Amino acid sequence: MHIIIYGIINSITLSLISLGFTLVYSISRVPNFAHGALYILSGYLVWLFINKFAGFPYPFAIIASIGLTAIVGALIYRFILIRIRGMEISEIIATYAIGLAILEGLRWGGLRGGTFTLPTFAAGSVNLFDVSVDYQRLIIVGVGILTFVLLYAFTRYTKVGLALRGIAQDERAAMMLGINSDMTAIVSLAIGSALAGFAAVLLLPLGNIVVEAGYNVLIFAIAVCVIGGLGSWGGTIVASFVIGFAQILTEAFISTHYQMVVALLAIIVTLLVKPSGIFGKQKELEERV
Amino acid sequence: MEQMRKERIDRGLKVRTEGLYAISSYREILYLMGPRLLLIVGVLALPFIFELAPYWKRVINIMFVYALLALSFDFLANYVGLVCLGGAFLTGVGGYFSAIYNVYLSFPTYLAIPCATITGAAFCTLCLIPCLPLRGVYFAIVTLMYPLLFTRIIEALNILGGTNGITGVDGFTNQHVEHYVIILVVIGFLFGMRRFVNQDIGLVLRGVKDNDQSVRASGIDVTRMKVLAVFIASLIGCFGGAYMAHLYMWAGISLFALDFSIIPIASVVIGGGGTLVGAVIGSFILVPLSEVLRAFGTFRIVIYCIILTGFIVFKSEGLMIYMQRKYHQFERWVKV
Repeated sequence: MHIIIYGIINSITLSLISLGFTLVYSISRVPNFAHGALYILSGYLVWLFINKFAGFPYPFAIIASIGLTAIVGALIYRFILIRIRGMEISEIIATYAIGLAILEGLRWGGLRGGTFTLPTFAAGSVNLFDVSVDYQRLIIVGVGILTFVLLYAFTRYTKVGLALRGIAQDERAAMMLGINSDMTAIVSLAIGSALAGFAAVLLLPLGNIVVEAGYNVLIFAIAVCVIGGLGSWGGTIVASFVIGFAQILTEAFISTHYQMVVALLAIIVTLLVKPSGIFGKQKELEERV
Repeated sequence: MEQMRKERIDRGLKVRTEGLYAISSYREILYLMGPRLLLIVGVLALPFIFELAPYWKRVINIMFVYALLALSFDFLANYVGLVCLGGAFLTGVGGYFSAIYNVYLSFPTYLAIPCATITGAAFCTLCLIPCLPLRGVYFAIVTLMYPLLFTRIIEALNILGGTNGITGVDGFTNQHVEHYVIILVVIGFLFGMRRFVNQDIGLVLRGVKDNDQSVRASGIDVTRMKVLAVFIASLIGCFGGAYMAHLYMWAGISLFALDFSIIPIASVVIGGGGTLVGAVIGSFILVPLSEVLRAFGTFRIVIYCIILTGFIVFKSEGLMIYMQRKYHQFERWVKV
C-alpha cells in the first residue's frame, strides 16, 4: 500500500515538473533547457517575497512569483529565441546557456546551503490505508490533477488554447488562418515557465531550495518527456506514472541512490525500443533517420 | 537622399593564390602560410613567453585541454549536426580510464594516456549509441545527462575512490614534456581535422547534418557515420581528460564539472562555428579570462553564458569568420 500511495504521489510530482517542458516543446518546438532554472528561480522568488519583504502574505507571494517567472519566460522568447528560431543548434545552446546563467547566478547570489525553505501549506498528516501521508503531498496530488483538467479544458475550449494547438499541429496552416506564430510561442513559453513555477511552489515546501535541484528537475522533466514521446501530453502523464512507480520500487527494494539511474536507463531503453516514446505516434517516421 | 551600400570584393592576392600562382612568389606563399605559421609558432612559443610566470604556465596547459574539447564540440556540432552538451562526460571518462590504467594496472604514463584515449572513446561511443539513430534533440539530452549521472553513480556506490577520487596518478617527467605533449596534440588534431572534414568522408558527414535522407539514398548508413564521428570527437575529448588526470596527478568527480561542458561551447560560438581554428582561438580568449575572473566563483559561468547568448543572438558568425573576411576581402561604400 505504501508503494502504491507514494508511487502515485511521485508520479503526479513528476508530471507536474514535466508538463511545462512538454508544453513548450510541443507548441514552439523549442527544447527549453532553462526549465529547471525557471523552477528554482520561482521558488527562490517566493522565498524572497516572504523573507525579505516582511509581511508579504504567502498566497500573494506565490502568485507574484509565478507571474514573474512567466514574464521571464516570455522575455526569453521575445528577446533571444525569436532571433534564432528554427536554428536547432543555436536554440539548444541558447536555452542551455540561459538556464545555466540563472542557476549559477543564483548560486553566486547566495543560494547555497540548506537554509532556504518554504513553509508547507498545511501542517500535519493523515493516515490513508495505514500509510501516513502529510497534507502537503495530498495537496500536490489534488492540485496536480486539477491542473491537468484545467490545462485540458484550456487547450480544448478557449481561443488561445486552440491557437496553441493549431500551431503545434501545423504551423503554416495555422498562420494562414491568422494565428500569429510568434505570439503563440511567447504565450507557450510564458505558460510553460508559469507551470515550472507552479510546480516549484507546490513541491519545494517538501525540501530545501538548492541549485542542484534545478538540474535534477530538468533531467527528470526531459526523461519523462522522452519516454512519453516528445511533445505528447498524454504520453507525458503516462510516462510520469511509469517512471514514478519505477523510482518508488527501486527506492523500496534497492536504494534511493538509483533514482537518477532509473530515469536514464528508462530513456535509453525507450530510445532503443520505441524512439518516438509511448504516445508519439505521428513522429515515428520523422525522428528516426 | 543618396543611399550607400557596402561592397565586398576579394583581394587580388587572394584570387591569385587560389590557383597554381600560389607558389609564384614569396608574397603569395606568405599570404597563404602566414596565418598558419603565426598560429603554430605562436602556440609553440607560449611556454617560453610565460617562462617567468609559473602560474600562467599551468593555465596554458588547461587552455589547450579546453581547446581540444572545443575542437571536438565544433566538429560534432557544425560538421555532423550533433550538439554535445556534455563535454565533461568525455573528460571524465578519459581521466578516470587513465587513472585506472595508471594506478590499478600500473601502466606507465605514456602508455596509460593513449590506452585511456582509445578505450575511453569506445566507452563514450557505446554509451551514446542508443541516441544516434535518431534525429533531433535526443543527442543533446542524453549528453547533458551523462556527466551528472556518472557523478551520482560514483558518489553513491563509492567506487573509483568515491568523492576523494583516485589519487597517486603519475605525473609527467618534466615540465617541457608536460607542455609540448598537449600543444603538439592540439596542433595535430587541429590540422588533422581540417584535412579530415575536407575528405570525401567529411562531405558525407556534412550530408548527415544537412540532409540525412539523401545520404541514406546514396546507400550510406547514416548511423554508422554518426558512430564514427562520435568516436573521433570522443577521442579528442578523452585525450584531454586523460592528460588532465596526469597533470593534476588525480582523477576525481571534478573531471565531470560543468566548466568542461560550457566553456568549449562558448569558445566555439565566440571563435566561429565550423572553422575549427575558431574553436581553438575562442578557448585562448575564454580560459585566461576565466582565470582572471577566478575570484568570482560560479559567477564566471554566468559571464560565459551571457557572452555566449550575446554572440549567438547578435554575432553568430564568430570572430574567426569575421577575421577571415577581413583578411581575404576589402570593403568599400558604393552608391546604390
